[in-house]
Amino acid sequence: MKKYFILFSIISGFSAHSQETVYPAPAQKGAVVITNATVHVGNGQVLNNASVAFENGKITAVGSNVTPAAGATVINAQGKQVYPGLIQSISNLGLVEVNSVRASNDAQELGELNPNIRSIVAYNTDSKVTNTLRGSGILLANIVPQGGLVAGRSSVVQLDAWNWEDAAYKMDAGLHVYLPLLMPRPSFIPAAANAPDPVKTGLEAIDRFRSFLGEAKAHFAVADKSGQTNLKFDAVKGLFDKSMKLFVHANTIKQILIAVDLAKDFGLDMVVVGGADSWRVADLLKQNNIPVILSQSHSLPILDDDDVDQPYKTPAQLQQAGVLFAISDEDGQTRGRNLPYNAGTAAAYGLSKEQALQAITLNAAKILGIADKTGSIEVGKDANIVIANGDLLDMRSSVVTDAFIQGRKIVLDDKQKQLYERYKHKYELK
Amino acid sequence: MRKLRHWLFGLGGLLWLHHVQAQNTFPLNGVADPRTGYYAFTHATLVKDAGTTLNNATLVIRDGRIVSVGANLPVPSGAVEVNCQGKFIYPSFVDAYSDYGTPAVQRAPGFNFGAPAQLNTATKGAYGWNQALKAEQNAFAVFTADETKAKSLREAGFGAVLTHVKDGISRGTGALVTLGGDKENFALLKEKASAHYSFSKGSSTQSYPSSMMGMIALLRQTYLDARWYKQNPVTEGKNLTLQAWNENQGLPQVFEANDKWNVLRADRIGDEAGVQYIIKGGGNEYQRIGEMKATNATFILPLSFPQAQDVEDPADARMVSVSDMKHWELAPTNPAAFERAGIPFCLTTADLKDAREFMSNLKKAMAYGLSETAALNALTKTPATVLGVYNEVGSLDAGKWANFFISSGPVFNDKTVIYQNWIQGKKYVVKDENWADPAGSYQVVFNTANGPVNYTLNVKSGTSAALVGGKDTVTSKFYYDGRSVRINVAPERSTENLYRLSGTVGGQGWTGYGEDSLGNRFTWTATAANPATAKADSARRKAPGALGKVTYPFEPFGYEEGAQPKAETILVRNATVWTNEADGVLQNTDVLLRDGKIAAVGKNLTAAGARIIDGTGKHLTPGVIDEHSHIAAASINEGGQSVTSEVRIADNLNPDDINIYRQLSGGVTTSHILHGSANTIGGQTQLIKLRWGANDEGLKFKGADGFIKFALGENVKRTSSTQNNRFPDTRMGVEQVLTDAFTRAKDYEKAWKEYEANKSKKGAVAPRRDLELDALVEILNSKRFITCHSYVQSEINAALKVADKLGFKFNTLTHILEGYKVADKMKQHGAAASTFSDWWNYKMEVIDAIPYNATIMQRVGLNVAINSDDAEMARRLNQEAAKSVKYGGMSEEDALKMVTLNPAKMLHIDKQVGSIKTGKDADVVLWSNHPLSIYAQSLYTIVDGTVFYDRGKDEQMRKSLAAERQRLVRKMVGEKRGGAAVTPALPSYQLMHTCSDHSHSHGLLTVDAEEVE
Repeated sequence: MKKYFILFSIISGFSAHSQETVYPAPAQKGAVVITNATVHVGNGQVLNNASVAFENGKITAVGSNVTPAAGATVINAQGKQVYPGLIQSISNLGLVEVNSVRASNDAQELGELNPNIRSIVAYNTDSKVTNTLRGSGILLANIVPQGGLVAGRSSVVQLDAWNWEDAAYKMDAGLHVYLPLLMPRPSFIPAAANAPDPVKTGLEAIDRFRSFLGEAKAHFAVADKSGQTNLKFDAVKGLFDKSMKLFVHANTIKQILIAVDLAKDFGLDMVVVGGADSWRVADLLKQNNIPVILSQSHSLPILDDDDVDQPYKTPAQLQQAGVLFAISDEDGQTRGRNLPYNAGTAAAYGLSKEQALQAITLNAAKILGIADKTGSIEVGKDANIVIANGDLLDMRSSVVTDAFIQGRKIVLDDKQKQLYERYKHKYELK
Repeated sequence: MRKLRHWLFGLGGLLWLHHVQAQNTFPLNGVADPRTGYYAFTHATLVKDAGTTLNNATLVIRDGRIVSVGANLPVPSGAVEVNCQGKFIYPSFVDAYSDYGTPAVQRAPGFNFGAPAQLNTATKGAYGWNQALKAEQNAFAVFTADETKAKSLREAGFGAVLTHVKDGISRGTGALVTLGGDKENFALLKEKASAHYSFSKGSSTQSYPSSMMGMIALLRQTYLDARWYKQNPVTEGKNLTLQAWNENQGLPQVFEANDKWNVLRADRIGDEAGVQYIIKGGGNEYQRIGEMKATNATFILPLSFPQAQDVEDPADARMVSVSDMKHWELAPTNPAAFERAGIPFCLTTADLKDAREFMSNLKKAMAYGLSETAALNALTKTPATVLGVYNEVGSLDAGKWANFFISSGPVFNDKTVIYQNWIQGKKYVVKDENWADPAGSYQVVFNTANGPVNYTLNVKSGTSAALVGGKDTVTSKFYYDGRSVRINVAPERSTENLYRLSGTVGGQGWTGYGEDSLGNRFTWTATAANPATAKADSARRKAPGALGKVTYPFEPFGYEEGAQPKAETILVRNATVWTNEADGVLQNTDVLLRDGKIAAVGKNLTAAGARIIDGTGKHLTPGVIDEHSHIAAASINEGGQSVTSEVRIADNLNPDDINIYRQLSGGVTTSHILHGSANTIGGQTQLIKLRWGANDEGLKFKGADGFIKFALGENVKRTSSTQNNRFPDTRMGVEQVLTDAFTRAKDYEKAWKEYEANKSKKGAVAPRRDLELDALVEILNSKRFITCHSYVQSEINAALKVADKLGFKFNTLTHILEGYKVADKMKQHGAAASTFSDWWNYKMEVIDAIPYNATIMQRVGLNVAINSDDAEMARRLNQEAAKSVKYGGMSEEDALKMVTLNPAKMLHIDKQVGSIKTGKDADVVLWSNHPLSIYAQSLYTIVDGTVFYDRGKDEQMRKSLAAERQRLVRKMVGEKRGGAAVTPALPSYQLMHTCSDHSHSHGLLTVDAEEVE
């Protein structure tokens, strides 16, 4: 992502015609049943003419033989499609309001080794971006700190909350490491000639991270903690008891090989993030049970030689190899709202539509460690549900009409819709 | 005290010449030692020029010049004879492209968008306005002989070079100098021998120009300014740069292009100015040899070939492109390609790290097809002729400078060594220890106390010899360097009695002193008995084997010569046809394409010989038109000034951009390549059709109206810089930049009109032709049209008001993310809108952007297009259009028009493209699915009836590309295993040009051009 170094002393311009009156929904009261729907479960299954019932925020019944409880609110979804809430696996939502405005950017802290950093404490539930994502069916997001070598810990949030404590869905469950690129710099950048060898400095940085992990692991191996407190060690404790996963941002073959070694050497649960060349080493990832979060299918191939549709078909190649993967959308210009279309493109290039949906629902939930609570429309899970007029993965038909987070019917209004209304009013358009 | 000396040896020109050399102004510390350097080189094989070789020839030189040349000439009395039996004499080479003896140039750091601008020149004095124009610079004035560099050039056979200061876009004059070590007064043969130009700012720290197209515009403008300056305009005062520029025009004009497309760019500047440049290439010209020939230029070609890369590590090799590997393979064919094409060329040592690589690289070029004759011409006659100094250097003819070298054999043979390189009649030893080849047998006599002892010494080479005494032959330790000789030998094969001999090499044999192991002293002599017969040597050139083919473009998915797609007669049968005409969407319809046009639309069409494409279940639409693109150009932003209407994207198209092919795969057929948004009045745009494989001219959309890019808001006020000093810094200033520019343009137009009306009158002086204002006058006269980058309603409104007041129109407002707020005002003005579907909140001025923008503007009655401004998104513009179906409920037909017919209208090309209608250009796409669906793929993308993208063929090309890749990897690995030096694998990075508007990553190997420009 391109960095802008602009210091605005004041952020102005967030004018009054905004989403301030879009209130987070209160806890679900009473039962809700969606009937006559085509239900895309999220696990690959499609249930035709089915119903989904939920109460107290949890899904209570799914299928064709659901009897609505007395007094239940019935939503007739005749001709509509029902989906699990989509999950943005990697996002700077709530950390970055306007990319180029430094004052509104809280995604990247100084320093190389920041395991103690927690994204959740800076997550702004009032970001104007959030509600525009809900209109695409995105109901959960993993909020990820950026930069450095060890950037910090991510938390999963649900996108209808008064504050970050309300929003937190799974806290501090991922530690994010950004591996250096380990490639020579381009010769046409004049500064490159005198700069230190990036391969060497990159490998040295990785060695430092390994030392840190080694020392942290040793630290927790002994019972006596009488020495000085080390917040950085404490921050990674979960890696060793597997309550936390290591998210390694890695795109090239070499980066991914290093990531796999880290997982094996330290016995960690690991996720590869980025994964541009993951298809070239898919078998290795499969053997080691390492899942991948693909950053944005809507991107260009790495090299001129690559198949022109390589990023579009990478998901199908991982699927073929049996690698667990999710798709994310980190686009800086559209701010992540096109997650379903990134999945749709993967469906155009080799995945089935249900596999593509799974890559932004159940697979994402598994990788983020929240599959027990969400990711599919199954009994016992949170009622995170989207109802759309048509195929959610195709912009041609994906108008979201209703959405529920933990059974709460959320308001699908946003700043952009309000501006739309304002100017329809000006021009007297219906 | 100065001494006058006269030597009257004869009469005539030679005497006069001699006279001048011998007498000089320099005081002498010591005793005069005047010499004439009168030599006769006899019995040589003498190569006068590439076409004339004389056997048993004599070369007579005196006073630094050649007196006579011929076979069997007598040695004149008074001349020293040098017997060159068995040796070859060549004219010393001439290097037409050098900076020998000039100061090293400190290149200024590249343009930095965030740094303060330097708007004026830092050159002190009465010089021109731009620091990169250094026409007043003269190489002769700073030339200082440099023995280290001269030596390495002499060793490669060179005797004279054209040198210049490699600094600036205009670099002033070059000087012809020899590589003699004497005073510069003698080395300097011609002070002003050439004038030099380049596409490099060198040490200039001035902001303008910051781009390729800016450099081109600067040169074009300077030709005009220089002509204007001849009238001594009072408003200019003295301008020593323009004065020198004019003075230099009579010289040979040399342009350093360094790349095949830059060659064409330079040549077009020359064509416009009436100048034929001599063009220095970069080594990749073989990739477009036809275009090179069409320039009619003489070329100066470097022999710096890329080293093989170390691709043994497959993970590293993965990042190296086939194009880079193939260029490694084919670069040595470059000179041969020029020879085959009949293009005159010189060869230069320029771009080599070390002149010592020159001969080995030249031999490599020969192995790859360059003939010896062509090579020799390229090093002698051609450079001398093109520089107008063939009467002085470049062959061995009487009267020319005595610049020649003596070699052991034909100069391009493998084992040939150059013994001596004579410059202006003075000998410079290169490697002459084997001048007298010691090989052969010698009669050796030891004059011992017991009388003479005879041996025979068989010398094989300068390091190997055996002594024969009686029946014994014993190997000796032998050393020979042409001047002294050492032999250690035990003639009785006894280590007890070792003879150690030391001797000197004289004309008649060797004479020496020796001792045996007992300390007995003796003297000895050796006399040559039988010279060894010379070992056969040849120009054994290791054939390079099978080579890859040049493709057009020189990129993956390019086509080999003869395999380029051509316009076909194509009948698409039974498709769903989106006509964008009153007929709307036609089911089960046929479309016939013929002669590049849409020939018929209907049912059950037939056409003899047509290629039939079954469209059953598929959708045929007009080709996608991208109103806002930045692909296929060498530069996009000229950020050096706030008004740069003189720059033109057309001047720097780049047909080798893989994004052309990638976008064809997404159904794009026409792209409007815009200048970036670095300044209020940017540059002239270029409309192209995506004819993959065409050259830069071939890409252009012929006959279309000219457009120009303007910009408002954050970028033009340099928001991302914390230290902006370039006006404007606010939107208030932007409005004034517009007002001022058009006010000046109107005054300018008026001045020209007045001049045209009065030019026959006495004293009428033509105004200065200003390319910047010319473009604005075109706008005022509706001959050029604006597309203006704009975001917020205040700036849009203000710009429209300036236009209304000054009498021009904004044809299109592009980006226009708050267009929905001022759609009524845009309608009133008559502006069209070209926007994004759903971009927002990436910078301050887009926080009110909404995805309903297109729909609102369309419903208010504007002509609305969806554009990409992004090489990735351009592949999915059909889907971007579809988002207006989601956001605002636009009809599907209207949505598709936003990426086809609507942009055609706003670009004034709807008569040719934008709908499926008989007579229009056959620019169509056959989609696998509903064209607004995420699941749609282009199966065929057809431009002018030519299938430039064919999904089936693409599959085949992937396979052949993979095979080509493996072949090249094997070859490179073989090169390393064969012991050749290799460089580490270098990822094939690509520069990506953007509007300065992005926070979108384009991949690991993509570098934002702004970070390096």
